[in-house]
Amino acid sequence: MKVKSRQLMWWLAIGGAAASSFAASLVWAQSDSGSDPVAEYRAMFGDDNPAALWVMRGQGLWQEVRGPKHVALATTCDLGMGKGIIKGAYAHLPRYFADTRKVQDLDTRLLTCMVKGQGLDQAEILKNRFGDGDRKSDIEALAAYIVDASQGVPINLPMQHPEEKRAYELGKAIFFYRAGTHDFSCASCHGQSGKRIRLQSLPDLATAGKDARDTYTTWPAYRVSQGEVRTMEWRIGDCFRQQRLPELKYGSEAAIDLTMFLAKNAEGGKMAAPGLKR
Amino acid sequence: MHSLIRLVILLAAVPVVSGAAVHATQPDRNAQALSVMKTSFQAKGQAGMDRLNQDKTQALCSLHAPAAPPAEPTAKVVAANLASIKLPADGKFLGDWKRGQAIAEEGTGEQYSDDPAKPSGGNCYACHELDKQQIAYGTIGPSLYRYGKNRGSSEPILKLTWDMLYDMKGYAVCTAMPRFGSKGILTEQQIKDVMALLFDPDSPVNK
Repeated sequence: MKVKSRQLMWWLAIGGAAASSFAASLVWAQSDSGSDPVAEYRAMFGDDNPAALWVMRGQGLWQEVRGPKHVALATTCDLGMGKGIIKGAYAHLPRYFADTRKVQDLDTRLLTCMVKGQGLDQAEILKNRFGDGDRKSDIEALAAYIVDASQGVPINLPMQHPEEKRAYELGKAIFFYRAGTHDFSCASCHGQSGKRIRLQSLPDLATAGKDARDTYTTWPAYRVSQGEVRTMEWRIGDCFRQQRLPELKYGSEAAIDLTMFLAKNAEGGKMAAPGLKR
Repeated sequence: MHSLIRLVILLAAVPVVSGAAVHATQPDRNAQALSVMKTSFQAKGQAGMDRLNQDKTQALCSLHAPAAPPAEPTAKVVAANLASIKLPADGKFLGDWKRGQAIAEEGTGEQYSDDPAKPSGGNCYACHELDKQQIAYGTIGPSLYRYGKNRGSSEPILKLTWDMLYDMKGYAVCTAMPRFGSKGILTEQQIKDVMALLFDPDSPVNK
């Protein structure tokens, strides 16, 4: 899925129409932008980001009355700030939800809202959890819209409930857990600052700091190499694939625990997503 | 009466003993991580669930990370890794540097998305600079440019380098570098080819 200039023009046209509600900025994980092959894309996009299309589609899905229960997420879905409130919601996730008795990230909370709230079919939603061209993901669109509403809001996790603290500790243990044919853990690549793999800069995600903030605050992101908006669920899953481990289940406890650890290390960083990544 | 007293003493001692045992082993965060991961992953392609289980090296380097592990268990694990190294059966350390270059460039192998019938790559460039012509190299490991030219190719240097490719964790227990031989990532012939990339005077690494 390569970015074509024809598609780009379309994005630019639509992006202009949506500019009043769309505030996504270009944020780059790479610090050495001089040797960054993605820099060309930055020049092409200017101040725009193809994620604008996902934001618009997500807004529609959020406001639309859908499913057997005929309700809109905008009036029924509580992302932790109260029903229908999206401003700042992403900056305070993952968190414990009393109704599900679980710590949830944005993806799994949206799933709860769509399945329990709207009565939509979970298997049907999950089939398209990762969009691919014409097969669009509702979760990725909703995530783009919701995270866009947290632009500029500092990451600040509740971290009061014992389950939230437990998730953080487990996330930390998983981050440093070495296994598989290559002995890799998350820390093998993300345990120090200023290193790179091939030409790709590797952020230090093991400790609270600038790298962790800059990285976490720019996801979900439009991934140029995928031609899709991806959430942290996808990002973490693809890291484990490269770690030579089996497949991380979408919405699993390990995915949320690890997200909690990464989010905690990013505290204080201001949300700047949807980002734009290679 | 006598036996009752003994029983009371025994019961009183139990919590003390088990408490001491728990304290001595620390909360095992590896075991905690594994129990969560077992319910959070599923086998796919060539990556089975057994890959979640740690061997002694992996467990040692996870338990204390990011701190270095204590000296005593480390010495044992290092010795075991060194003992796992097999020297080339025919006594020849060097293969074909051109094939070695292809192995150093190849990043696939052992991922569930990879074809298990295809030989794994070494992906050396992901972390190391080798050939000056290849500018897309990583920096997690040291530059290996002019590796052979700077060191010569005496028997001890060849043997040491073979060892490090085969099982670097016999030298630096928690290094990021995979154990290409011990873990069966590369075959003996592939390691010979990578050796040639490092030592052959005609290899671009030594230009």
